[in-house]
Amino acid sequence: MGLTVESRECIETPEGGVVEELVVNIGPSHPSTHGVCRVIAHLDGEIVTRAEPVIGYLHRGIEKMAENRTYLQVVPLTDRLDYVGSMYANWAYCRAVERLAGIRVPERAEYLRVVVCELQRIASHMMSIGSAAADSGAATMFIYAFDQRERIIELFEALCGARLTYNYVRPGGVSFDLPDGWTETALDFCRTHREALNEMDRLYFGNVITRGRLKGVGVLSADDAVAWGASGPVARGSGVNWDLRKHDTYSVYPRFDFDVPTGSNGDCYDRTRVRLYECYESCRIVEQALAQMEPGPIRTSGMPRLLAPRPGDAYDHIESARGSLGVYLVSDGSVRPYRMKVRSPAFCNLALLPMLAEGHMLSDLVVILGSLDPVFGEVDR
Amino acid sequence: MNITELREHLCEVYPDLCPLFSIEFGDGVLVVDCDRLFSAASNLKDLGFDRLGMVTAVDRPTHLELVYRLHSRSMSAAIFLKCTVDRESPVAHSLVDLWPAALWQEREVYDMFGIVFEAHPDLRRILLPEEWEGYPLRKDYSDRRVIRRPDYI
Amino acid sequence: MALVDRLGTALDTGQGGGIILTSVDALANWSRGKSLWAMPMGTACCAMELIAASFNKFDFDRHGTFPRPDPRHTDVMVVAGTITRKMAPAVKRLYEQMADPKWVIAMGNCAVSGGIFYYDTYSVVRGVDEFLPVDVYIAGCPPRPESLQDAVLRLRERIATESISPDRRREGVLTLPLSGDISFGVRPGGDTPDGGDDR
Repeated sequence: MGLTVESRECIETPEGGVVEELVVNIGPSHPSTHGVCRVIAHLDGEIVTRAEPVIGYLHRGIEKMAENRTYLQVVPLTDRLDYVGSMYANWAYCRAVERLAGIRVPERAEYLRVVVCELQRIASHMMSIGSAAADSGAATMFIYAFDQRERIIELFEALCGARLTYNYVRPGGVSFDLPDGWTETALDFCRTHREALNEMDRLYFGNVITRGRLKGVGVLSADDAVAWGASGPVARGSGVNWDLRKHDTYSVYPRFDFDVPTGSNGDCYDRTRVRLYECYESCRIVEQALAQMEPGPIRTSGMPRLLAPRPGDAYDHIESARGSLGVYLVSDGSVRPYRMKVRSPAFCNLALLPMLAEGHMLSDLVVILGSLDPVFGEVDR
Repeated sequence: MNITELREHLCEVYPDLCPLFSIEFGDGVLVVDCDRLFSAASNLKDLGFDRLGMVTAVDRPTHLELVYRLHSRSMSAAIFLKCTVDRESPVAHSLVDLWPAALWQEREVYDMFGIVFEAHPDLRRILLPEEWEGYPLRKDYSDRRVIRRPDYI
Repeated sequence: MALVDRLGTALDTGQGGGIILTSVDALANWSRGKSLWAMPMGTACCAMELIAASFNKFDFDRHGTFPRPDPRHTDVMVVAGTITRKMAPAVKRLYEQMADPKWVIAMGNCAVSGGIFYYDTYSVVRGVDEFLPVDVYIAGCPPRPESLQDAVLRLRERIATESISPDRRREGVLTLPLSGDISFGVRPGGDTPDGGDDR
């Protein structure tokens, strides 16, 4: 079920010639589809004339499951949405619940959320850059990037005991305070991570082969990025300066000094490199947040075990590693959500694939898919 | 732009949309008839709402509710656009012509709720297999393979 | 006892040296167990741990296990992640494409029983053993990479008891303890129990 030829057809062109169209099935289990995506590619020779992604191979019905759980019991489900960056879905869901139930979060908890989510952004981008590099043949880069990712996962494990599914951000606060020595380890990580990023930048983005493979491939214009609802590094790679942390700011982000890197060409190279530069900015935010943080409570006191918000619907969103991740919650006044909807950035970004892949080589299709950075737990939900 | 400024701006430019506007949990909500969905959406697009953030639906006890969330970068504002769809014959006009972002998201709503979007170029199931029966996110969806979770609260 | 351990004695007692006497079963099991190439059937969260297990920190290769995403080249399928009804036919077909002898490791609660997605969901297969013969189950959501390495070592033990004769094939299923139990030795900056470098 990797790469199979589905059919060969002869098509007559309007000019009277005959073109053989080859339909190639890639996936749903193929190492370069970043999970369980299936792409049906129609080829003319080696040129993709039409690429159709088929998704839903990981659709677990999380939105339906949430309707039979209490507000607190849904939090572990949100871990499994974006499994490369679990903290984001935790946070987006908790923000929606807090808005619906009118819960105020202590300041220290907001700082802790910012710290873990910025570290999570680095971990997620390392996975994304590494696997996108491996798709274009640069397997060394994957190992360099994964080394950095493992160091963050060790930090998270020391913080909350889990390597991937953290369940850390809860409605009304976070689950644990920082353990002893954590701050020093995190600051040490930020310092050495910058050196590693410099090295990766030279190793991968300075490489002539990488430039040849990525530059000018899968160009997305800024207008298309907005119209198609692209967000995160995919939109910023095209020069759309849109980052919820800056432009629809939330939590304690206004207190930090950071930049939003944007690309100019909108090709695979810019999209991937924007992710690398975001890691520098995340390091800056982590350092500022750890310096500004003051002791205090990490959870709202007196929060009931069973939340029953008044009827209504609320939406809140955060800037995840893949773009604007929103959660829409409808309450009917009972202890369970009436409806939960996750606005998944990866889903919207993946919809661009047919447009971007058209006219490129089959080998570029894989690179374009890698630069969109889909995580199928979030695409399919 | 905060929510009251948005309301004033909307009322100034489109007085007919003004009485349909309300505020809920700090978000502007515009509830329209389904016949007017497309025209209201194109009015909002002209007003500066250039991004379609989310398309979804909610299965209310009496009807289906279609929910669009629009963002504006120039005004840095967001708004909900809602319309009521009949449960028995759920039909709405597609917004793909205004925002191509609706292409996949409306397919998902069709897949999960069975709302048929007119003038949608490619209305097929997207997450579930093509031969799936029923629309899972409807409250009356029944499937003998589902095991209900015991109540632990 | 594995064949290698008996090698010295076999050489000594063999007539004229250089001749090794062993059972066909021992030879087959030795060669099968020591280079288990894995077919990574990673679908969800567990796939991240599957990748982590084979990368620099945990280094799967030292056990002779190498992820190779091609069913024709592999001996053991590691089902890592939730299997949905839409995905199940593809998993089954990939399993059928693998050459005999073949084994299956169900990694993580979803592949074992559906895990967190057992109740209320309409699209998840509750455990990969509904359609595949599973040899080793690993609990955890997701299990740690060390659990996966332990599973491969346990699978080797199981392979060592197998026979090429159908009559002598032993049945039995191994279940690993929860990942927390066996991963005690590993803390950031600490030593791994297996003697490998932490980083």
